[in-house]
Amino acid sequence: MNLQALKHICLKNAELVDPVAHTRQSADIIIKNGIIQEIGKIDSSFSGESVDCSGQVISPGLVDMHVHLREPGREDEETVETGCAAAMAGGFTAVLPMPNTDPPCDNQQVVRFLKQKAEKELVDVYPVGAITKGRKGIEMAEIADLYQAGAVAFSDDGSTSSNSLVMRYALEYASMYNAPIIDHCEDHKLANQGHMNEGVMSTRLGITGIPNAAESVIIARDIELVRLTGSALHVAHLSTAEGVELVRRAKQEGLPVTCEVAPHHLLFTDQDLTGFDPNLKMNPPLRTPKDMDALMQGIADGTVDVFASDHAPHSLEEKQVEFEAAPFGIIGLQSMLSVILKTVVESGALSLEQALEKMCVTPRKLLNLPVPQIKTGEPANLSIFNPKAKTVLRKQDIKSLSHNSPYIDMELSGKVYGVCNKGLMYINK
Amino acid sequence: MPVSISHLLGLEDVSAQDIGTILDTAETFKEVLERPIPKVPTLRGTTVLNLFYEPSTRTRISFELAEKRLTADTINFSKATSSVSKGEVLRDTIRNIEAMKIDMIVVRHSAAGVPLFLTQCSDAAVINAGDGKHEHPTQALLDMLSLRQKFGSLKGLKVAIVGDILHSRVAGSNIHGLLTMGAEVMLCGPKTLIPPHIHDLGVSVSYQIDQALEWADAVNVLRIQLERQKSGLFPSIREYHAQIRRDAPPYRTTEKEITIMHPGPINRGVELDSDVADSDASIILYQVTNGVAVRMAVLYLLANPEGKVE
Repeated sequence: MNLQALKHICLKNAELVDPVAHTRQSADIIIKNGIIQEIGKIDSSFSGESVDCSGQVISPGLVDMHVHLREPGREDEETVETGCAAAMAGGFTAVLPMPNTDPPCDNQQVVRFLKQKAEKELVDVYPVGAITKGRKGIEMAEIADLYQAGAVAFSDDGSTSSNSLVMRYALEYASMYNAPIIDHCEDHKLANQGHMNEGVMSTRLGITGIPNAAESVIIARDIELVRLTGSALHVAHLSTAEGVELVRRAKQEGLPVTCEVAPHHLLFTDQDLTGFDPNLKMNPPLRTPKDMDALMQGIADGTVDVFASDHAPHSLEEKQVEFEAAPFGIIGLQSMLSVILKTVVESGALSLEQALEKMCVTPRKLLNLPVPQIKTGEPANLSIFNPKAKTVLRKQDIKSLSHNSPYIDMELSGKVYGVCNKGLMYINK
Repeated sequence: MPVSISHLLGLEDVSAQDIGTILDTAETFKEVLERPIPKVPTLRGTTVLNLFYEPSTRTRISFELAEKRLTADTINFSKATSSVSKGEVLRDTIRNIEAMKIDMIVVRHSAAGVPLFLTQCSDAAVINAGDGKHEHPTQALLDMLSLRQKFGSLKGLKVAIVGDILHSRVAGSNIHGLLTMGAEVMLCGPKTLIPPHIHDLGVSVSYQIDQALEWADAVNVLRIQLERQKSGLFPSIREYHAQIRRDAPPYRTTEKEITIMHPGPINRGVELDSDVADSDASIILYQVTNGVAVRMAVLYLLANPEGKVE
């Protein structure tokens, strides 16, 4: 592990991009014992270690608010340790693991276990508690207990409660702790055990499809519940044009509704499924080019608040099977920044600062977490990457225990140099 | 003439020229089947694996017969009697079989895309004998051969496919093949059994059987399965029968004779009544005979991609 203590180090010649302060400047940063000591032009009398960061952007540490670390229960697929290694290699200093573990994160013990496992990691791990007991959608989990143990948000990710009354109560209850409900918006009956987007491609391939309406009917329901309760709702991995429009209208009304988009929905569509590649099977499924355009429009006009990877590790044995037998999901921590740079920044939909805001500032604000500042006296919570470099994700460079990625051997944009946090620095080798 | 494909995974990407070559070759094999000793040594030394993960009677017998008529060595695999029932994964199964040096694989599986998957873990030529709801190309080829024999040409022919299109791999391959060969296709059935966005493939859709029969030169009636009704896709078999079966009036009163096809096995009294299925207009049994000839043609052409046959 390329991890070192931030005792006395100077990051020289970097481009500081601060989406918090909305500033951009070329400068050196001196960090002493994990705290930013000085920013500016550092003279040659500096006695500590110098790192040349020419060509690198330094931003406040990025957060991925939607990951699966698989621990406890599926430590063969991912652990807190390997998930954090992937996060660091991908340029993140914080992650939110979703509660669909085994046992699920619906009790204090699992939250404490995750917090304890993450103590020695450079990455901040903020567990998401389950909305309902066993994520079954029937009875509210002990939300107050979970919050007090360290959960920062609540979700039954992977499933949706079809019981609107339970969702109403959960929204009201979680709002007492100012914690958002993150909903995986899917009407499971309407999804009909589908394996891909419902459309001309699913018809051609003979695979049961999941219609856009499976997502949008639940988003519409949830928005009505927000209108009823006034509580905060965050829509996870938004994938449809209809969903974007519903969130856009809710925001125009001033309702506390936010949403995230996963990078794979910006790079692939259902038209890429002709090879039946299980590494392109995800939930929500890859939609149509029209949906992708709507997501990009939502990103450009501010409807989309956050980018999140939905990092979902699965073992080789589980994914190397026929498409319909394969589980949903791909890993994404190490490719997310590159895919966002390629799809969103290089296309001109957002500036680099705006894109970073959706991976650094907004997620922390809606989760009520402190936002890192690049200021003298602040802890060094930083991401360092070259946005202009081209990079190819090689299988041997993947830090996750699982390798279920469609990006392997694909040329992507940007190269992560390293991250700083908790008095530690990690450098990608 | 050789074909440009090295596997037969479906008809979606198969050219009109290749389909024409397969049908022409099938005609020559049909002649072989009529000889006193209907067997040729064409595939002597070629080993064909029949990999059937789903129960099948007609397709499996048809393929086996085609292989034997060509003097191929055949190995039969069925899920019920294999290690797969003990949890062996498809990839391991095929790699093990591959290690035993197989030249061709005929595969049926409940999951779409499995034939393509096999091409990625085996060097054998793969023939799709039905994958999920995706394609069943040899069935469509035998349907097309039967139509070509009846009408002389497929160009401009109006073919209605009636029934459960949503779950039908036969419909999938027929749509691609018929459109490629210049025929017109209309789909007919309850709306819940017609896949969404199917218009984009270049077919027309009617929910009225009378309308489809009025339009069609030939009608390919698909089997309906009871479990579709149980899953709520239509209200009852009785109603389906009343709406779709044509014991008669439309088949008989229409001024032109409509050719009746069915991929079998027929649910008599559900999607077709016996007097229609067994009438002179029916070419159902010709389809079965043509199935062997078409499969011989496909095996022969894929075993000899360069057209080098001694």
